[in-house]
Amino acid sequence: MKNWWKILTVFLLFYTLFMGFLGKAPRLEIVNESIRNLYFHVPMWFGMTLILLVSSIFAIRYLRSRNPTDDLYAVESANVGILFGILGLVTGMLWAQFTWGTFWHGDPKQNASAIGLLIYLAYSVLRSSLKDEQQRATISSVYNIFAYATLIPLLFILPRLTSSMHPGNGGNPGFNSYDLDSNMRLVFYPAVIGWTLLGWWLVTLRVRLRQLTLA
Amino acid sequence: MNNILKATCLFILLCVTQLAYAQTEVTRKQPEMADLMRSNGKIYVVVATLAIILAGIFGYLIWIDKKIKG
Repeated sequence: MKNWWKILTVFLLFYTLFMGFLGKAPRLEIVNESIRNLYFHVPMWFGMTLILLVSSIFAIRYLRSRNPTDDLYAVESANVGILFGILGLVTGMLWAQFTWGTFWHGDPKQNASAIGLLIYLAYSVLRSSLKDEQQRATISSVYNIFAYATLIPLLFILPRLTSSMHPGNGGNPGFNSYDLDSNMRLVFYPAVIGWTLLGWWLVTLRVRLRQLTLA
Repeated sequence: MNNILKATCLFILLCVTQLAYAQTEVTRKQPEMADLMRSNGKIYVVVATLAIILAGIFGYLIWIDKKIKG
């Protein structure tokens, strides 16, 4: 049955909800219960990174195949990636307000993720400025590849080189040290898979919708 | 002789500081968590609310999925 992964998505996300609130979490100062945001805010970013990777892969595929479907998957993956990025950014700002004291204080990862999102928003602008289909697909595919190649150092390398408030960056202990009894891991990994699959579900729906309106 | 006396006094005084623990295990405060919400069962209201929201969103998603011929 070809929709098994959709059923898995529903199951994983309900699991995340129930275990996310009712499961055990470490008792820590400053974050207190909001440590459970790990199951919601962080998967947005993991999901975004994975879906944008898929987008860049489809961009490469388009450049080799010239098949419009590849370009369609590339752009719709990028769109859902941007959605997840915006949700991750906004939820992160809310979390920051109550744990770090301000919505935005120039944390390197916050800044880097905002820049990353702007790069992908520029991708959308680029696409809408090109009239010819082939030209649009080709130029935006090349941009897509460079965009992802820039996103990775921005999000994962730069914040680690400097002082940052994010766990795992700038001298702070990583997630591993909070979850030594692996209670959070039991929910976190399924959550990442669930939210990412949800994102992919949205991509497939958007692609199908586009194909219907174009046909 | 004077230096040895000073050093000895310093050493004794430093040792004494080790006994000056005013806070015991019991008085040290644990980080606050939602223990109240758990003990009065209200946490389940939060879970149920979000479950309804999630079910609604999934229902909508599945409806759209069926509508769009794939």
